Amino acid sequence: MNGSLYLWLIPLAPFAGFLINGIVGGRLPKVLVTFVGLVAPLLSFSIVARDAFFVWSGSLALPVAEQNAPAWISVDTLHISFGSVFDQLSMVMLLIVTGVGFLIHVYSVGYMADDKGYARYFSYLNLFLFFMTALVLAGNVLLMFVGWEGVGLASYLLIGFWFQKDSASNAGKKAFIVNRVGDFGFLIGIFLLLATFGTLSFSEISATLAASPAWQGGVFNVIALCLLFGATGKSAQLPLYIWLPDAMEGPTPVSALIHAATMVTAGVYMICRTHVLFNHAPFALGTVAVVGAATAFFAATMGLVQNDIKRVLAYSTISQLGYMFLGCGVAAYSAAIFHLMTHAFFKALLFLGAGAVIHSLGGEQDMRKMGGLWKTMPVTFACMTAAVMAICGIPPFAGFFSKDAILYAAFLHYGTGGKLLWGVGALTALLTALYMFRLWYMTFLGTSRSEIHHPHPTPASMLVPMTILGALSICGGWIGIEHFGGFLEPVLGEMPTKSGSALTEWVLTGIAVLLALEGWLIIDKYYRRKPERPAQLAAAVPGAYNLLFNKYYVDEFYGWTVVKPLFVISRYVLGFFIDKAVIGGAVWLMGGTATLSGAILQRWQSGNIRSYAAWLAAAAAAVLLFIVVPWTSVLAGIGIHIHMAGH
Amino acid sequence: MDGLNQSILTVILLVPLAGAILVALLPDRGKLPNWIALLTSLVTFAFTLHLPARFAAAQPGFQFEVNHKWIADPAIFYHVGVDGLSLWLVVLTGLLAPIGVLASWNAVKERRKVFFSLFLVQQTAMFGVFVALDMMIYYAFWELSLVPMAVLIAMYGRKDGPRAALKFFLFTFIPSAPLLVAILWLYAHTHTFNFVYLQILINQGWVPAADLFWCSLAFLVAFAVKVPVFPIHGWIADTFNEAPVALAMVVAGKLGLYSMLRFHVELFHAQSQAIAPLMIALAVIGILYGACLALAQRDYWRLLAFAAFSEYSMIVLGIYGLTFTGWTGAVYQMLNVGVVEGALFLLLGAIENRYGTSQIQAYGGLAAKAPRLVSFFVIASLAMVGLPLLNGFVGEFLILSSTFTEVSHGWAVAAALGVILGATYMLWLVQRIFYGAESELVHANSPGDLGFRELAGVAPLAVLMLVMGVAPSLWFSSIQTGVHGPLVSQPAQSKSPLKTPASSPNTTPAEAIQ
Repeated sequence: MNGSLYLWLIPLAPFAGFLINGIVGGRLPKVLVTFVGLVAPLLSFSIVARDAFFVWSGSLALPVAEQNAPAWISVDTLHISFGSVFDQLSMVMLLIVTGVGFLIHVYSVGYMADDKGYARYFSYLNLFLFFMTALVLAGNVLLMFVGWEGVGLASYLLIGFWFQKDSASNAGKKAFIVNRVGDFGFLIGIFLLLATFGTLSFSEISATLAASPAWQGGVFNVIALCLLFGATGKSAQLPLYIWLPDAMEGPTPVSALIHAATMVTAGVYMICRTHVLFNHAPFALGTVAVVGAATAFFAATMGLVQNDIKRVLAYSTISQLGYMFLGCGVAAYSAAIFHLMTHAFFKALLFLGAGAVIHSLGGEQDMRKMGGLWKTMPVTFACMTAAVMAICGIPPFAGFFSKDAILYAAFLHYGTGGKLLWGVGALTALLTALYMFRLWYMTFLGTSRSEIHHPHPTPASMLVPMTILGALSICGGWIGIEHFGGFLEPVLGEMPTKSGSALTEWVLTGIAVLLALEGWLIIDKYYRRKPERPAQLAAAVPGAYNLLFNKYYVDEFYGWTVVKPLFVISRYVLGFFIDKAVIGGAVWLMGGTATLSGAILQRWQSGNIRSYAAWLAAAAAAVLLFIVVPWTSVLAGIGIHIHMAGH
Repeated sequence: MDGLNQSILTVILLVPLAGAILVALLPDRGKLPNWIALLTSLVTFAFTLHLPARFAAAQPGFQFEVNHKWIADPAIFYHVGVDGLSLWLVVLTGLLAPIGVLASWNAVKERRKVFFSLFLVQQTAMFGVFVALDMMIYYAFWELSLVPMAVLIAMYGRKDGPRAALKFFLFTFIPSAPLLVAILWLYAHTHTFNFVYLQILINQGWVPAADLFWCSLAFLVAFAVKVPVFPIHGWIADTFNEAPVALAMVVAGKLGLYSMLRFHVELFHAQSQAIAPLMIALAVIGILYGACLALAQRDYWRLLAFAAFSEYSMIVLGIYGLTFTGWTGAVYQMLNVGVVEGALFLLLGAIENRYGTSQIQAYGGLAAKAPRLVSFFVIASLAMVGLPLLNGFVGEFLILSSTFTEVSHGWAVAAALGVILGATYMLWLVQRIFYGAESELVHANSPGDLGFRELAGVAPLAVLMLVMGVAPSLWFSSIQTGVHGPLVSQPAQSKSPLKTPASSPNTTPAEAIQ
C-alpha cells in the first residue's frame, strides 16, 4: 500500500506548476497558464482525497511512516531527512489546504482574469501550495521550518504582487520581516530541541517524551515558549500580529487562501504537531491559552471600527486564530483543528465574497460606499450570510460546533483561570457578532451608497467556489467534535472534555449563542433602525474610538521603540561614530599612514599606465626575492641571528 | 585520465598564467582579450572539475600531491595538494572566473589587455593559495594575490580608485610582513616549510611554546585583516565600492577564511584554542555590526560589502567554534557565499552598467522593466538571507546549531539575531531598487533586461543555489574528509542527554539550559 500513496506528488505537483508558469508562463497562452495553474492543486487534492478514501474504507492504516526517505543534511550525529508523516492530523490538514486551495485557484481565474501578471500570480500561488503541503507533511521540525519559511516567502511575493504600489511592497516586506522575528524564536527552539533530544524527528521526540512522563517543565517550557513565539509570528497573534492587517494589500483570493484559511493556521498546526512537548510544558501551555484568549478579544475590538471590508476580515482572522490558540492552550487540540477546519471554510468564503463585492464595484473596499448589494448580488449575499452566521457561532452553522467545543474545553480546564478564559472567549463571541453583522449590514443591506450603479457581473468561476464553501460553512461542523476528535485521537490524544457534564455544556452553549444573537440585535438597531447612532456613539467617546480606530497605536509603538532606534543606531552611532571616527581613526593613527598615504597617493594618481606596471613589477620582484634569497644567511649577515632548532 | 592526477594541480596553476601571457602578447583588438580570457578560464574550470571527479572521499589527507625540491637552502619545495577543505574552493574559484569574465565583458572598455591578463594572474595566485603546502610557496601566492587586485582597483576604480587601492594595499600588505617573519621564524626552529611537518612539530612541542603565541598571532592578524574580522574591516567597503566587479566577485572572503582554517587553526592547535573565545566574540559582533551597517548604507556596493562582512563573520564563528559540524558548515558556507555573492555582484554590476550609478535612491520600479533581472536578484537575495532549500540556509544552520549545542547558547542566540537583520537589509534593498513607482532615472532609460551573456553567467549560479540547498550531501562527503585533527571534536556517537535520564525531573529552565 505504502508504495502507491504518491505522497511526494502532493507538494511536487504544485512545484512543477510553479516552475512551468514561473519560467515560461509569460510566453504561454492564457488557457495553458490556467490549465497548469489549476491541474497542479487538483492533482494534489485528488491524491489526498484518494488516500482519505482508502483510510475511510479501511484499506489504509494510519499513520504511514515513510522508510528510506532521502537525506537532506547529514553531519556527525545530525541526520535530517526529507521524510514525511502521514497521519490523521496531516490528512485533515492536507484535505483543507489542497481542497480550499483548489477552490481559490478556480476563483482566481475569474478574479485575476484581466491582470497583466496572470502567469506570475498562478506560479506564486502554486509555490505557496508546494511549501504549505511540505510544511504539513514534514516528518521533522527542520523540514517543517522549510515549509514555514517558504509559505512566508510566497506570502511576501503575493502581498507585494502589485509591486508598483508602495503600500503593497511595504506590506510584503513588513510581513516577511515580522515573520522573521518570530522565526528567530522558532530557530532557537529548534536548537534547543537538538540540544535536548539530539534529534529533530517528530516521532523520535514524541517517543522520548512518552518514555519519561515524569519529566515536566524545565527546558520543555523554554522550548515550547520559543516555538510559541514562532507561532505568534506566522499565525498573527500577540505580540506579532501587526503584519496581517497590512497583508490585505495582496489580491483578495490570496487573502482568502494564505491570510485566512491556510498559512496563518500553520502556528496552530505546529503546536498540535508538537503537542506532546506542550503537554510536558504546563507553563508554556498556559501561555498559549492566555495569548490566544487575549488576541481573540484584542483583535475583535479593533475589528469593530474598521471601514475597509478586508481589514475587518483581517482582524476577524486574528481573533479567530486566537480561539484556535485558546483551544490548543487548554489541551483541546482536536477542537482547535476542528475550528481551523470550519474557519477555513467560512473565512475563505468571507474573503471570496468580499472579493466578489470589490470586483463588482470596480475595486472599492470602503464599506461606507457599499450597501444594498443583496439585490444585485443575490448568490454572493446568500453565501456571505451563511458565512456570517457560521463565524458568529449561530447553530446549526459550522462555526457554532467548533467554537462551542473550544469554549467548553476552556471552561473545564485550569479551574478559575479557565472560567476567566471562557468569559473572554464568550465576550469575544459577542464582539464577533457585532463586527460581522456590521459588515453584513453595511455591505449588503440598506440602500446603495456606491457611485457605481451597474456593478460588474460576477463570473461563474467565482460563484461556484463560493457556493461550495457556502455549503461547507453550513454543514461543515455537523460531524461534531465527538466524531472529529475521535478520528484525531490517535494523534492528538483524548479531548479533555470527556469528563464534563452535559448540563454545563448546554448552559454554556446557550450563553454563547445568546451573546451572538444579542450582538446581531444591537447591530440591527444601530445600522438598520437608527443609522445615525454609530457616528453619535463614536463622537460621544472620541478617546476610545480613536484608540480603536488607530489600532491602539501598536504600529507606532513598534516604530518608535524598535525600527527607528535600529536605523538611528546603525546609521549614526555605528556608521558615523564607531566605524568612521573610532575604528577608522584608530587604524590610520596606528599605521601612522596618514602622511605616508598622501605621498603615495600622488604617485598613484598619476594615471600613467607605466607607473602601474612598475608597481606591479616591483611587487612581483619583491615576492620572488622572498622565495629565492637564502634568508637565514642574509639575516645573519646583517647581524640578526636566528637560533636553529636542534643546534 | 588518472594519469593526470600527478600533474593536475600544476596544470591548474599554469593555464591561467599562460592565458595571461597570451593576452599580453596578442594585440588589444576588439574583444580578443575577452575571448582569450573566457576560453582560458573555461578550460581551467574544466580542469578543476577533474579534482572532485577523482577525489577519493574515503581517504583523509592530501591528494593530487606533488612535492619537488626547488631550492636546497633554505629548503623550499614545490609542494601542492588538496584535501576536503580546499577541494571545492579550487572548483569554486574555477567556476567564478568565466562568470567574472562575462560580467566584465562590456564593463571594461579600455586597456582590456591589462585588465584580463591581471585577472588571469589573479586566478593563478588564488589557486596557489588554496593548493600550496609549502609555507614559502604559500606566502608567495598570498602576496601575489594582493597585487593584481590593488592595481586593478587603482586603474578601474569607479569613483576614487587610487584611494581605495591604497587602503586595500596598506591594510593587506602591512600585516603580511609579520606573517613572513613568523614563517621564517618557524623555519629557523624547524628547518622546514612543509605544512604537514610543521603541523606535527608545532603540536608535539618541538617549538618553544612561549614564542609560538606571537608567531600564531602574526598568522592570525594577516588572515583576519584579509577576511576581514571586526574591527579591522576598514578596507572592505571601499574595496567593494571601487573594485571591478569581476575581481571583487572572485577574491572576496575565501582567501582569508581558508588561510585561517588551514594555517592558523590547523597549524597552532593550542594557540587557536586559547584565542577562540575572543574570535567567537569578534565574529558575533561582526555579524551584527555588519548587518546594522548594511542597513544604513545608501550605496549598494557598500551595502553588499557590509552584508558580506556579516556573512564572513558567520563563517569565522563556525571555524572558531572548533566543532566537526561547525567546520563542515563553515567550509560549505564559504562555497555558498562565493556563489551567492558572485550572483549579486554580477547583477548589481549589470544594473550599474545600464544606469550608471550605485546610489540606491536613484532607483525604484525596475521590476517592471527587467523581469528576468528581478527574478534572479530575488533568488540570490533569498539565498543570502538563508531561506531554506537555498544554499545559504544549510551552512548557517550547521554553524549556528553547532555553536548553540556545543559552544555557547548565548553567542548562538546573538548570532541568530543576524538572521532577522539580514532579511531586513536585503528585502529593503530589493524593494528600493525594484519595487514601487519608477524613479526618474529608471523611467528615462530603457536599456533592457538581462542579455544572453549575463544570463549565461547568472543562471548556473541560481541553479547551484538550489542544488546546494537541497542536496548538500553531494559536497559534505568530500568536505568531511578534510575536517580532522585533534582540535576539532570528533563525531560523537550520541549527544542526547535524555538517553541518560539522570537529569533531575524538576529543573528550572535556566538550570536545564546550562
